[in-house]
Amino acid sequence: MTERSAAERSVYSPYHPRWYRPRMSTYWWLKRWAYVLFILRELSSVFVAWFVVYLLLLVRAVSQGEGSYQEFLDWSSGAGVLVLNVVSFAFVVLHAVTWFKAAPQAMVVRIGGQRVAPALVAAAHYAAWAAASALLTWVVLGG
Amino acid sequence: MAKRTLEPVLWMLFSAGGVAAALLVPVLLVIFGLAVPLGLVSAPDHGHLLAVIGHPVSRLVLFGLCWLSLFHWAHRFRYTLYDGLQMKQVHELINTFCYGCAILGTAAAAYLLWQVP
Amino acid sequence: MADQITLRVARYRPEEEAEPVFQDYEVPCRDDWVVLDGLNYVKDRLDGTLSYRWSCRMGICGSCGMNVNGEPTLTCASFLKEHAPGPIRVEPLTNFPVVRDLVVEIGDFIEKLTSVKPWLIRKVEVPLEEGEYLQTPDELSSYKQFSMCINCMLCYAACPVYGLDPKFIGPAAIALAQRYNEDSRDQGAAERLDILSSHEGIWGCTFVGECTEVCPKHVDPAGAIQRYKLTAAVENLKSLLVPGSRP
Repeated sequence: MTERSAAERSVYSPYHPRWYRPRMSTYWWLKRWAYVLFILRELSSVFVAWFVVYLLLLVRAVSQGEGSYQEFLDWSSGAGVLVLNVVSFAFVVLHAVTWFKAAPQAMVVRIGGQRVAPALVAAAHYAAWAAASALLTWVVLGG
Repeated sequence: MAKRTLEPVLWMLFSAGGVAAALLVPVLLVIFGLAVPLGLVSAPDHGHLLAVIGHPVSRLVLFGLCWLSLFHWAHRFRYTLYDGLQMKQVHELINTFCYGCAILGTAAAAYLLWQVP
Repeated sequence: MADQITLRVARYRPEEEAEPVFQDYEVPCRDDWVVLDGLNYVKDRLDGTLSYRWSCRMGICGSCGMNVNGEPTLTCASFLKEHAPGPIRVEPLTNFPVVRDLVVEIGDFIEKLTSVKPWLIRKVEVPLEEGEYLQTPDELSSYKQFSMCINCMLCYAACPVYGLDPKFIGPAAIALAQRYNEDSRDQGAAERLDILSSHEGIWGCTFVGECTEVCPKHVDPAGAIQRYKLTAAVENLKSLLVPGSRP
């Protein structure tokens, strides 16, 4: 691979006039709706990371005893944390939905030589999502 | 021979993290971030929650979720900074920050989950 | 007075200006006319100085790609009536240097296509007497989609990663590599792996997916890239974990 692109290696002359090469704007991602969605999708990872922090705080609170657990519950129902979690939830769902939409494109599953329909691959992901959610709900709240 | 870079491994962690986060995070966030604080469901009894978290399978699953989700964030956020904010020139700084935080977070997760009584 | 529509065309004449300017042209808005017909009308009747590429006018040569109202499109496939009442903004393809008016420099793209070794690579050549390499319909179907690429470069225009880093090898090149990697007659996957798994190769792709959205031939380069990432990652793991193994 050459280090400089073809454009960078050009020498302009009267027989090779100046090319127009605009720099990509910092706001390139606002120019098309698809790009905005893409950036939002990528930012959802920040809220996934926030959830990990939140989860670890919960684990620590539970480990430290009844009192700490209650303190955590009180803190988690405060306005600030609640708003953050509402926003986080929206982004986490965006992550899941865009991931399941992309998965069939990224994985071609063949059963007996025939390609499994993309819709079926996506459906399988949603089924797994539902099953995992049901299981976790039962374990955490029920049991 | 393919160049020995970490990139493929980091991408696999990102992918695994994406799947894990997509499947497990929404429901946990609903329960502990929204439903319980808003009083839509009563908070699980402390003893019960402690038993659930303390179970070896739970510790492993939660550790896996934290580890993979953090590396998912690190990889994705790194590329968001490269492309979204066009900060690729300081890529060494960005890589250190992203994967560094992910490593620290994973260590914290391991410690906290190990310490559950 | 027959239906008319305005084409707002980007003009760039390096000997006259430093930046492109827009020039409006009124063209007939016929039911069966595409943007390319409009441009040809401009060139033939209104302004012969307009420069642009086109050839087959039926969506197979890949020459007439331009940005129509901000979307990378084949101008031979974009009907004027769809954009009525207009004006229709016609600009050169994004992410490429503009040579003049609507003509872009494609040298970088051509270089990248050739860099992935787009030909059948054989470790062992079968002698002519043994006949041709046979292939079943199933084997054909695993790469046929990727062979539909007409090199129109719309995917490069839509790819923000390519726009941000011109060294990125890009969607069409990777799809082309996959066309050969997945071909049962080919034995060159290992050779292409080196080129594709560099930093300017597949790992720069963040699966925006716009390349697939704009592709007029449904090649699905985004899918090709993601699938190849898995293959490349597995090969990389194999070479890391199994000592002395060749990818």
